[in-house]
Amino acid sequence: MSRENSLVTAQWVEDNLDTDGIVLVEVDEDTTAYDKGHIRGAIKLDWTIDLQDQVRRDFVSKEQFEALLSERGVSNDDTVVLYGGNNNWFAAYAYWYFKLYGHQDVKLLDGGRKKWELDSRELTDALPERAATSYTATEQDHSIRAFRDETVAAIGTQNLVDVRSPDEYAGRLLAPAHLPQEQAQRAGHVPTSINVPWSKAANDDGTFKSDDELREIYGAAGLDDSKDTIALCRIGERSSHTWFVLKELLGHDNVKNYDGSWTEYGSLVGVPVALGDEPGEA
Amino acid sequence: MCGATEGGLSLDGVNVAKEAVIQGQVLRGEEPVAGAYVRLLDRSGEFTAEVPTSATGHFRFFAGDGEWTLRTLAPKAQPVDTRVVAATGSVAEVQVLVSA
Repeated sequence: MSRENSLVTAQWVEDNLDTDGIVLVEVDEDTTAYDKGHIRGAIKLDWTIDLQDQVRRDFVSKEQFEALLSERGVSNDDTVVLYGGNNNWFAAYAYWYFKLYGHQDVKLLDGGRKKWELDSRELTDALPERAATSYTATEQDHSIRAFRDETVAAIGTQNLVDVRSPDEYAGRLLAPAHLPQEQAQRAGHVPTSINVPWSKAANDDGTFKSDDELREIYGAAGLDDSKDTIALCRIGERSSHTWFVLKELLGHDNVKNYDGSWTEYGSLVGVPVALGDEPGEA
Repeated sequence: MCGATEGGLSLDGVNVAKEAVIQGQVLRGEEPVAGAYVRLLDRSGEFTAEVPTSATGHFRFFAGDGEWTLRTLAPKAQPVDTRVVAATGSVAEVQVLVSA
């Protein structure tokens, strides 16, 4: 993959609002953001309902994903352009999710909703009408999804990139600071994981930094190109942002996102946990 | 909790005694600015969180004890940095003025 294949600018989106075969999809942490105004023609995916099993902690099944996209009017050969708030955290999560279920042509709007708003581009509350389709998904591609046992096994052997803020990594905070801090799990990080906050990869306006800047950031942080990589955060959405950078922008081969992330790992019995600003020992 | 509702946003269900709250309002002149972006930066200047302001220009963070910087981005305005000190069990109120 490359920047050209996986990222589009706000201007490109504005120029293509009426182009057939392009479907804009908004995904936000704040699931009411779309309802207050969205890019014209965009459909909404609610990550808490549409993308999560409502009983178990897991994703919706292949059949449920197919039913969802069919009902929302997305076709297999559509170009899906994702955007959202929080610097595209949940849009990147949805991007990874679409790839997980085999959608070929997915792109992120660089800078997401914030860039669009800071540019003073138009938002509307009009809901689009799209005819239902018959969408077919593939089985999940586990070459891009990491589970807890792989993460434990990666300690001291693979790149573990913890993309939370330094205070969460060190154990001084348990959640991003726009959320209450009371949580059940222990604080800290997976031993030997390096801390490269997702925000290092983004400019203030939410757009991604240049490929050269990104290579410099991960190289300086000690990411070893010759090893496989697992990205993690708290619930797997910020790490999707970094997964996108490493896999789609920089073209690293074997990068997985651990969607269980700290809310799973920090609740496991018997696994090692490191505290403080240093990666710690295996 | 004294001052807990001054941010204009509900703290229902949040145990404020265990949180270091930073909250406030973004104004352009005397007008609240909705849809501005307020970023919380830690002592080293590293990004920690970001929220868009509400319809009334309000924002809120649950930080930790210590010094923080709020960086406010709004359409057609220069970014504004504001320093703030947070402490567990208290609410730090901040007013941010962006250029007219």
